Amino acid sequence: MKVELNPILCTAHGLCADLLPERIALDEWGYPILEPGELPDDVVAHARRAARACPTRALVLSRG
Amino acid sequence: MTVAIEEPRTTSGSSGRLLSGLTTDSSVGLARHHEVWGPLPGLRATALIDEIESAGLLGRGGAGFPVARKLSAVAAGKGPAVVVANGCEGEPASAKDTMLLARVPHLVLDGIQLAARAVGADRAYLAVHSGSSAIPYLRAALAERGREAVGVTLGPLPRRYVASEESAIVSWLNGGDALPAYTPPRPFERGVNRRPTLISNVESLAQLATIARYGAEWYRGIGDRWEPGTMLVTVSGHRVDGRSVERRVAEVATGTTIGRIFTAAGLSLRGSDAVLVGGYFGSWLPAAQAARLPLTHAALRGAGAALGAGVLVALPPGSCGIAETARVASYLAANSARQCGPCLNGLPAIAGAMNALAAGAWDDRTWPALSRWLDVVPGRGACRHPDGAVRLVASALSTFAADVERHRDGQPCDGITAVPFLPVPR
Amino acid sequence: MTTLAASFTSSSQLWYLTRATAIVAFVLMTVSFGLGLASTQRLREMRYWPRFATQHLHRNVALLALGFTLLHIVTTMIDTFVHVGWWSVAVPFVSHYRTLGMAMGTLSFDAVVLVIVTSLLRDRLSLRTWRVIHWTTYALWPLAFGHFLLTGTDAAHGRWGLYLALGSLGVLSVATAARWLTSERRNSLTAVPRVAGAR
Repeated sequence: MKVELNPILCTAHGLCADLLPERIALDEWGYPILEPGELPDDVVAHARRAARACPTRALVLSRG
Repeated sequence: MTVAIEEPRTTSGSSGRLLSGLTTDSSVGLARHHEVWGPLPGLRATALIDEIESAGLLGRGGAGFPVARKLSAVAAGKGPAVVVANGCEGEPASAKDTMLLARVPHLVLDGIQLAARAVGADRAYLAVHSGSSAIPYLRAALAERGREAVGVTLGPLPRRYVASEESAIVSWLNGGDALPAYTPPRPFERGVNRRPTLISNVESLAQLATIARYGAEWYRGIGDRWEPGTMLVTVSGHRVDGRSVERRVAEVATGTTIGRIFTAAGLSLRGSDAVLVGGYFGSWLPAAQAARLPLTHAALRGAGAALGAGVLVALPPGSCGIAETARVASYLAANSARQCGPCLNGLPAIAGAMNALAAGAWDDRTWPALSRWLDVVPGRGACRHPDGAVRLVASALSTFAADVERHRDGQPCDGITAVPFLPVPR
Repeated sequence: MTTLAASFTSSSQLWYLTRATAIVAFVLMTVSFGLGLASTQRLREMRYWPRFATQHLHRNVALLALGFTLLHIVTTMIDTFVHVGWWSVAVPFVSHYRTLGMAMGTLSFDAVVLVIVTSLLRDRLSLRTWRVIHWTTYALWPLAFGHFLLTGTDAAHGRWGLYLALGSLGVLSVATAARWLTSERRNSLTAVPRVAGAR
């Protein structure tokens, strides 16, 4: 499971960084910086929540 | 209509393949084209793709992707395909595609027909920037050919740097805006009108047309062993004999060293501190190092640069590399598609810092900020625009490190008042 | 037992219940609308208010408002004092009692249901579809407001009902204007610096 960001849809609301700080940080303009790689199991639920919270559905979960 | 096309030169040692048949300053008409190259070969699709694969033809649009692989991918798609010949040449310092389209249009048009056959396309588009000087020549050439197996539509795109990006062209042809897209499907699966779409640089198609006639063996008979053939390059610098600065398009065998290319084009590297290799998404290399580099993807990658669209620009003596780069950075920032945050915010910030550096108006906080931006911006956009801009700036800071020190200390060089050299369109 | 039921359904308690649930639903709807407007903005990081809270609260308050609205509808339906048929829950203009006011309530309720259902099924819809339907909330709230004024007892007869309604209208109007007039198109033009000394 990985998180992926569609940079065109993203408008820097920042909810994802709140809900998945383990993998997402915000740059100085408010846009997410995603740490690449597989998500450890204990974090997948948080990632799902983060993806559902995204107002523009820019953040998605994908299978590998 | 006036046409500003540079005089093409071929380097000694190459048989001047794409550019053979060029004798005067005008365009090669259909009759002369058949005289030089013979008629359109009747090779079938699979045979053609095999030949291209054996030849090892790499794309000439900048990425250097193996053309045969692209052809196979599109041919494997569902339903009739579409061919898009990309002659947009968004890179201001590059003139090879425009020159090819204006002077040797029939090779490109042959290439389109052959590629269409290879991928099973029933329609083709030739994408150029609206206002391109090649358009009248293309119209004439299309008229000469009359009705063909696959109809070719000339598609003028808006004059924007990112408009020549693949997904932007597809988007435009689908009736949308000429802006890069992010979401799949990729064009080779579903592009124009949801059909498998082949997007190929016009030079790649011209090379394809020559391979279809003379075969892979012939193609591999010249140039570098692993990346054979010839390529068109745009060389800019000042003349050996005089001070005027010129831009020439030349056809060279791959693997020719950059130094020899300049010489053969009648331009000098003397007095230049650095060479810009690859274009505005390329890298500055110290002139001495660049001169010895063979022009291949592998060699340039090894030097931390990239071949790109085959653009070579020698920094004129007395010009300031930082100032030139700052101008280009501003241009690239202004030409962002503005769809993605990191690019739309990061590039103007980087350009601002570079301009400040060029002017010697430096603030102690700017340097760490600039480093941070160069680190944080690449790889986070929908296209490679921000990545290219960052690569250019980072290479400038590295190659012109001595200048950077001086500028930081508040002593910009005289070069900042020199006539701006790198072309930056309005 | 039936007399007890009969007396209840014609009693003033039921009527108070209808009004009370209506007012709570209205207030919740107003709050949810405001939170919805706030959710569109890029919120600053605040110490005791994480960003996702605004959005989640918007959603939960909306669901709560729906709950109270359903209660309000049921208590209205079983009230024998005024006959309002079950059809008028979903179909506007069929009620004989205060036809226009009821219609506004009906339409508002229809919209609420549509908005909430599409939001719950958001992942299965295209972003555009969801967004267009969600914009009907700009009509939904004024319809509820109209229903309040035209059908509600408290707006007509009591002062505070009117103040509540008008106050809510004022607050949301300002908030809506603020949201649409000041929101920068996020990925939009930024000034590009010019080079010193160049043409």
